Amino acid sequence: MSAVLSAMLAVDWIPWVIGLPLAFAVAAFLFGARAGRAFAIPALVLSLLAATGLAARVLTQGSQRHAVGGWGAPLGIELHADGLACTMLLMTAAIGLCTGWYARHYFTRADSGATYFWPLAGFLMAAMNALYLSADVFNLYVTLELLGLAAVGLVALTGGAAALAAALRYLLAALAGSLFYLLGVALLYGAHGTLALAELGALVTPGPPAWTVIALMTLGLALKTALFPLHFWLPPAHGGAATPVSALLSALVIKASFYLLLRLWFEVFAPAVTMPAAQLLGVLGAGAILWGSWLALQQQKVKMIVAYSTVAQVGYLFLLFPLAAYAPGLEAAWNGGVYQALAHGFAKAAMFLAVGGMVLASGRDDIDQLDGISAQLPLSLFTFALAGISLMGLPPSGGFIAKWLLLKSALTGGQWWWVVVMILGGLLTAAYLFRVLRRAFLPARGGKQFRTVPAALEYSAFVLALGSLALGLWASGPLALLRIGAPFAGAAP
Amino acid sequence: MSAGLIYAVTGAALFSLGLYGLIVHAHLVRKILAFNIMGSGTFLVLVGLAQRADNMDPVPHALVLTGIVVAVSATAFALILARRLYAASGRCALPGEEER
Repeated sequence: MSAVLSAMLAVDWIPWVIGLPLAFAVAAFLFGARAGRAFAIPALVLSLLAATGLAARVLTQGSQRHAVGGWGAPLGIELHADGLACTMLLMTAAIGLCTGWYARHYFTRADSGATYFWPLAGFLMAAMNALYLSADVFNLYVTLELLGLAAVGLVALTGGAAALAAALRYLLAALAGSLFYLLGVALLYGAHGTLALAELGALVTPGPPAWTVIALMTLGLALKTALFPLHFWLPPAHGGAATPVSALLSALVIKASFYLLLRLWFEVFAPAVTMPAAQLLGVLGAGAILWGSWLALQQQKVKMIVAYSTVAQVGYLFLLFPLAAYAPGLEAAWNGGVYQALAHGFAKAAMFLAVGGMVLASGRDDIDQLDGISAQLPLSLFTFALAGISLMGLPPSGGFIAKWLLLKSALTGGQWWWVVVMILGGLLTAAYLFRVLRRAFLPARGGKQFRTVPAALEYSAFVLALGSLALGLWASGPLALLRIGAPFAGAAP
Repeated sequence: MSAGLIYAVTGAALFSLGLYGLIVHAHLVRKILAFNIMGSGTFLVLVGLAQRADNMDPVPHALVLTGIVVAVSATAFALILARRLYAASGRCALPGEEER
């Protein structure tokens, strides 16, 4: 065992983490959907192994660097892995694996969507992994665009007029967001003559130029993360896509632009950000929690409820910024915000996959058609409830740890008003989830026919829900990994 | 005002014009063109601001070339989506926006 461990620690995993999904995507594109189906599970398992190997290395040896092709910064591209990056990579690999397992059974051979799902999902994972490992602002722009294009392609998979309109709306929003970010990059390079995150952090000084850059980049990334009131593109794209795509987009893709925002605010702009700016992000986050939950309560389609729930849960992520602005609350706020990204990822993927199974069984997407599901798909309904526990923030779940850390930070920093928002948000979440559960527990109305659903669709979602529960029971592992290179852990390596 | 700064200010103006067009126009081809104007404005800022003293800096050129590749692929993708949408719905605008 120790021989395996030391062998794992001796490998430089960084190129594998990006290369494996990329190779899978190219193979699935060249050899068609059949090859995609065949290679999906091995490729995703290997990706998870590579991410685990990298995390083990970072845990034992500290942050890792890799110069692509032997050319380091400033001329070449340098990749960098710290605790935060490894946490996101592990989340991406784990959720990607379960969603891939689901998608193998969701897309039947005759399905037109199946042809391009595998290559696009592979490109999506490779782009996300590259984004988490990038250490310069321009490389981050390129990965952001690659991620956006793959995600829009996935939304358009089903090919109907509604899906195409949702994809176009998403594409235009994503492109505008990227250009705002790129304009910020142009100003940063013009002012400081470098693109590396680590070097920029030492050069940025408070003043109108830095504030302009912060405003441009934050606006662009907030648009891509669907922060209220820029969330208009999210519900049709996430709610209307094929189920595995909804899970990938809601659980993973929006976290990538949030991750980039975290990196910029805490590593590059730390000396220049002001308290009102942080409070403004918090106010928008609070708006997202209340307005998103309220709209989720109004929806008639089950998948749209889950999509609006994402708008609301994104709000919690942005409470990190005002809470971390007071030094005593920094550590709890940072851990809580990142833990929320993690817990929401697992819970939302589980919820979308479970709901997708229910919709497949009853043949309809309306909440009124859910009666009888509790007898037909008990495991899916249990999965939905488990994921709901995490979204509401009840113990024992990852969502509870996240919200508890955020509450703790709010109280130590003396910002009690965020506590009120979080409690209201939890109650509204319970309200819209119980609407679904209440319907699902009603007995089936006379003569209702259900289609049978492959068992794998239920089990893959259930494993994800167990993951969101495990995050609540064993929080010390992820939190120890997050410490490495975090802004509160002393000088960055 | 140095030549570089003139380019950068022009770029910022183009970016704003493009953004305005992207928001107010409903027709998808106009939206896609507006996005390209935004992109060109960004590239002008990128090249213009980095020009100082006599020594040429090659990095912004490499960045702009990469940016152009991204913009061309994104435009092609947006156009094919718009064509498919037109074929499927008979309209060349997003639902909820009036075609003019």
